[in-house]
Amino acid sequence: MTRTSTRIVTLLACAVLLLAGCSDGGGGADDGRITLRFQSLAWQDESVKANKELVREWNATHPDVRVEYVQGSWDSVHDQLLTSFEGGEAPDIIHDASDDLADFAYGGYLADLTELLPARLKSDIPHHSWETVTFGDGVYGVPFLQEPRVLIANATLLEKSGVRIPTPEHPWSWAEFRQVAKELSGDGTYGVAWPLKEPVSATLNLSLSTGGKLFHRGTDGKVTVRFEEGDQVVPRTVHDQVDTDRSASPTTLGSGGSDTLPGFFAGKYAMVPLGFSYRQQIEQQAPEGFDWQVLPAPAGADGLAQGVSPQTLSVAEDSPHKEEAAAFVDFLLQPDNMVRLALGDWMLPTGKQALKDPALHTTEHGWATGTALAAHLRSAPAQSVRGYAEWKDKVATPALQEYYSGAIGMDELRHRLEEDGNLVLARYQR
Amino acid sequence: MRTSTAARTGQYAALLAYLVFLAFPFVWLISIAFKPPRELASLHPTWIPENPTLDNFRQAFDEQPLLQAGLNSLLAALGAAVIAVLIATPMAYVMARRRGRLAKAATGWVVVSQAFPFVLLIIPLFLVLKNLGLINSVPGLVMVYVVWSLPFALWMLAGYVRAVPRELEEAAAVDGAGRLRTLVSVTAPLLAPGIVATALFAFITAWNEFFFALVLLKTPEKQTLPVILTHFIGAGGVADLGPLAAAAFLATLPSLVVFALIQRRITGGMLAGAVKS
Repeated sequence: MTRTSTRIVTLLACAVLLLAGCSDGGGGADDGRITLRFQSLAWQDESVKANKELVREWNATHPDVRVEYVQGSWDSVHDQLLTSFEGGEAPDIIHDASDDLADFAYGGYLADLTELLPARLKSDIPHHSWETVTFGDGVYGVPFLQEPRVLIANATLLEKSGVRIPTPEHPWSWAEFRQVAKELSGDGTYGVAWPLKEPVSATLNLSLSTGGKLFHRGTDGKVTVRFEEGDQVVPRTVHDQVDTDRSASPTTLGSGGSDTLPGFFAGKYAMVPLGFSYRQQIEQQAPEGFDWQVLPAPAGADGLAQGVSPQTLSVAEDSPHKEEAAAFVDFLLQPDNMVRLALGDWMLPTGKQALKDPALHTTEHGWATGTALAAHLRSAPAQSVRGYAEWKDKVATPALQEYYSGAIGMDELRHRLEEDGNLVLARYQR
Repeated sequence: MRTSTAARTGQYAALLAYLVFLAFPFVWLISIAFKPPRELASLHPTWIPENPTLDNFRQAFDEQPLLQAGLNSLLAALGAAVIAVLIATPMAYVMARRRGRLAKAATGWVVVSQAFPFVLLIIPLFLVLKNLGLINSVPGLVMVYVVWSLPFALWMLAGYVRAVPRELEEAAAVDGAGRLRTLVSVTAPLLAPGIVATALFAFITAWNEFFFALVLLKTPEKQTLPVILTHFIGAGGVADLGPLAAAAFLATLPSLVVFALIQRRITGGMLAGAVKS
């Protein structure tokens, strides 16, 4: 072999060795200690800190069960988890949201927590929250953080208009809300800006307040869509505000919540319906002296009821240490710890004990208003409906977008949601 | 044929408009990276930050392991580039010089392999790497990147090889050089610009890649920059815009510099051998 060819072979060998030599080997030190991987989706600075601190505290008091903090991302969690489950490499403890769990629960990837969780935790979280994580006969996650949709209002404009300020005890009705939005409009200001980039979940969740149900389960267990009077109040209000009263901005219908904030801060919109956690962003970005306040969403025949998909903690079915993983979940969701997590994420805890914490009853940043809404939060209506994702993307989203923009009327909206929608759902329920 | 002044002015205007169109996202990214939160939510945003700040960079480094991620990205990209070139060079030589069925089949396979979407490959790939103990390891990722960039690298290098006059190799053969000696001593030096361009192409592809890294790397200390960037995005697509822009700006710099260095060579590589002289 010539000198040059020897060099080439050596280079190739080095490359192979580099590959093989740098590998983890996939194992760990076998010293009898258990290591659990906790994948958290916390992303805001305060929230990441709270999660990491709790992991540190657990590790300090549980030398035999070490928890490793793994940072995940909301942006890609479903694909990443799916691959990890398929490959048998999923984290032991999984942070996600209840509306993302159905596929994983039915697919057998998540452990049924019914027998693993202590009675304390089971009784601390209300029944309607457990409903969000119950699929079939099993419980596949612990719902621990949730956020209602609230109205974030420009307090100065509100005060100037002289309208009645709603409270959780005396909220606006939907009709009153429509009237107030009209009164707040004018001089280049819209009474409200609806950020409806995702129109389906917003509409369905708020429609619980007016007795909306939309998905009806028959005695045979099959689900059908019926767009009845209770389902129509919220969409009709939004439609009329945009197209009849001109009290809602038509340009924000395709926007996300953050996109409406510059206009809100500039006084272009008097109110913006947003998730409770948006307060953090508002606090951070609002111009100095900007006065804002949190109002409850309007109430209907069913009061302040709203659908939510809480954040959840689950245990992987493949985890060899399910009991230890459940014990860590229990630690993380002790009332005091749940409060720390809630404050870090600017959300509400689900736990009854945690909700009593004084920090969540202060009027600063609207905490008290949000906390008062906790008892009215219900499982998002579509959560356990198989085929919902396709119904939402192919039928409901375009239909609602066209309705809100005035391109179609209520009859056509109903036709599409019911006729087209039931065809989609039927394929999943054969 | 002479171009009139008006036509030339029009051409320059169109070119300028195109450049502005291309540069806009990057310039806007830089602008955001230096803006405080209040300016980010202004209804009338300005190109130049009114109160420029480095806080976004500070926060980005505080919240995420950007340096470690940058190092991982660098290792993955360098590893992929070096190995891809080592494998692709002799293969491209054979593809360009041999005219048999095998060479044709190989060329066909290169083209076909480009048609596979990566979502189709990811689960089998994950299982293979798991069996090799290469999940959550940068070398495992390097392997994937090598395989992923090889087809285009081969196609690109084959173009360079075809541009090298056959007569030079024949002259070497007359002087008694074997195939390997000819490749190493005659063809390879002439291929150097192409090899560099191909290596840098593989580098940029690996540096920017997101999905494989997302699925294959589990722990933050192993993750690459594109994956770490997603940690600035929260539920419902709400982003921590300032730190995200700052981190994205830093992540873009290396591939921009590299691309600025090689863009002429890449164009040359693609065109090499396209026209018979």
